[in-house]
Amino acid sequence: MYELTYHRAGSLAEALELLAGAEDGALLAGGQTLVPTMKARLAAPSDLVDISAISELAGIREAGDAVEIGAMTTHGEVAGSALVRDRIPGLAALAGLIGDAAVRHRGTIGGSLANNDPAACYPAAVLALGATVVTDRREIPAEAFFQGMFTTDLDEGEIITSVRFPVPVRSAYAKFPQPASRYPMAGVFVAETTRGPRVAVTGAGEDGVFRAENLEAALAAGWSAAAVSAVEVSAEGLASDIHGQADYRAALVSAMAGKAVAEAS
Amino acid sequence: MADVAMKVNGEEVRAEVPDNTLLVDFLRETLGLTGTHVGCETSQCGACVVHMGGKAVKSCSVLAAAAEGAEVRTVEGLADGDALHPMQAAFNEYHGLQCGFCTPGMIMAGIDMVRRYKEDGRELDEAAIRHELEGNICRCTGYHNIVRAIDAAAKAM
Repeated sequence: MYELTYHRAGSLAEALELLAGAEDGALLAGGQTLVPTMKARLAAPSDLVDISAISELAGIREAGDAVEIGAMTTHGEVAGSALVRDRIPGLAALAGLIGDAAVRHRGTIGGSLANNDPAACYPAAVLALGATVVTDRREIPAEAFFQGMFTTDLDEGEIITSVRFPVPVRSAYAKFPQPASRYPMAGVFVAETTRGPRVAVTGAGEDGVFRAENLEAALAAGWSAAAVSAVEVSAEGLASDIHGQADYRAALVSAMAGKAVAEAS
Repeated sequence: MADVAMKVNGEEVRAEVPDNTLLVDFLRETLGLTGTHVGCETSQCGACVVHMGGKAVKSCSVLAAAAEGAEVRTVEGLADGDALHPMQAAFNEYHGLQCGFCTPGMIMAGIDMVRRYKEDGRELDEAAIRHELEGNICRCTGYHNIVRAIDAAAKAM
C-alpha cells in the first residue's frame, strides 16, 4: 500500500471539509473493497477520510411507508435488523449473502453503492425497490444513481448519508455466486411494489445493474415462477468472462428470477 | 505517522505507526502478537480473523488507525491462565487442524458464529457451521474435524 494520511471524521461537516482539503482524498467506509484495492496498489489516495464512525450516517429507522438505512450501516446490521426483516425481508436476506460474516461486520451499504461494483448485490435491491439515495446535498432516485460499471451520479466530494427503501408488498433476492469470490454471476431482486412488479439484475450485465422489463411485464400479468420461466432472457448486453459466457448468464438470470419469485410467493 | 491507541486482549496499547499500517501488522509486528496469521492478504482466507468490538473482522482489511479506540481480541487473549477457551479445547479434543496455519482464524470465527447464533436464538447445526465457515479456508483437513470442534464448543460455551 502506498503512503497516505488517515483522518477520522467526527461529523458529516468535518468529512466534507477534510475531503475538500485533501490533494487526492478518498472516503473510507468499511474498507472491504477499498483497503484490498489499495493493498494491490490499484488505488493510491493521498488522504483517507474515515466516515464509518459518524453518528449522522448510522442507524435503521422507519420513515413513513419506507425504511431508511444510514449509509454506514453494515451488511451484518441490515441482515440482522428486526425492522428490515419484517418490512423488506428480501433486503435483509440479500445483506446476509454478501461476502462472509467477517466482511459483513465491516462493509457498509453506502460504501457498496458509492463503489457500484457491477457484481455487487445491493444495487439490485436499490433499483428493484425504487429506493432513493440520500446525500449531503440532494436525493437521487435509483434510476438516476447507477450509471454503469463503477460509475454513479455522485459528484466529486458528495457523500451518501442514507438510503430510503419504500416498503414493497413482497420481495426476494436470489443469486448464483461465483464459488470462490461469492460475487453473483447473476443476482436477481424481484419486488411487487405499489408501482407494479420490478425486477433488477446484478452481476450479469456488461454495464452493471439493470432492470429486466420483460420479466416485469410477465409478473404484471401474474406473480408466479412459471410466468418468469416462460420468458426467454436475451444474452444481449450480458457479460462474457472467464466465469461464464453471456448465454450462460442469461440462463442464470432466468433461473434466479424464478427462484426469487417462488421465494416471494 | 498515526498515534494509535486501542485495547488488545484487555490491555491498553499505544504506538506510533505509519498511517497505512494494517491492523494485522500492528498486532504482529508492533505488538509481537504473532498468533494472528497472514494468509492470502486479499481478505478471502480468514487466517487473520480477530474480534474488534466483539465482532469477527479480517485484520488484513482494517487499518490500524481505523481501530483506534477499539477493543480487539486475538487468539492469545482467549485462554484464562492455563485453562483454554472452550473453542480452543474443542479444536484440541477433536483435532480440528493439521498444519495449524488457519487455526487462529478458525477459532476466532468459530467463537463469533456461536455468539451470533446464540444472540439470535438460531440453531447452529452442521449445515450452518459449514455455511458460516465460507470466509475461512483450510487446505489440509477437509473441514470435518473443524466442524465437529465448533459443534462441540458451541454446546460447551
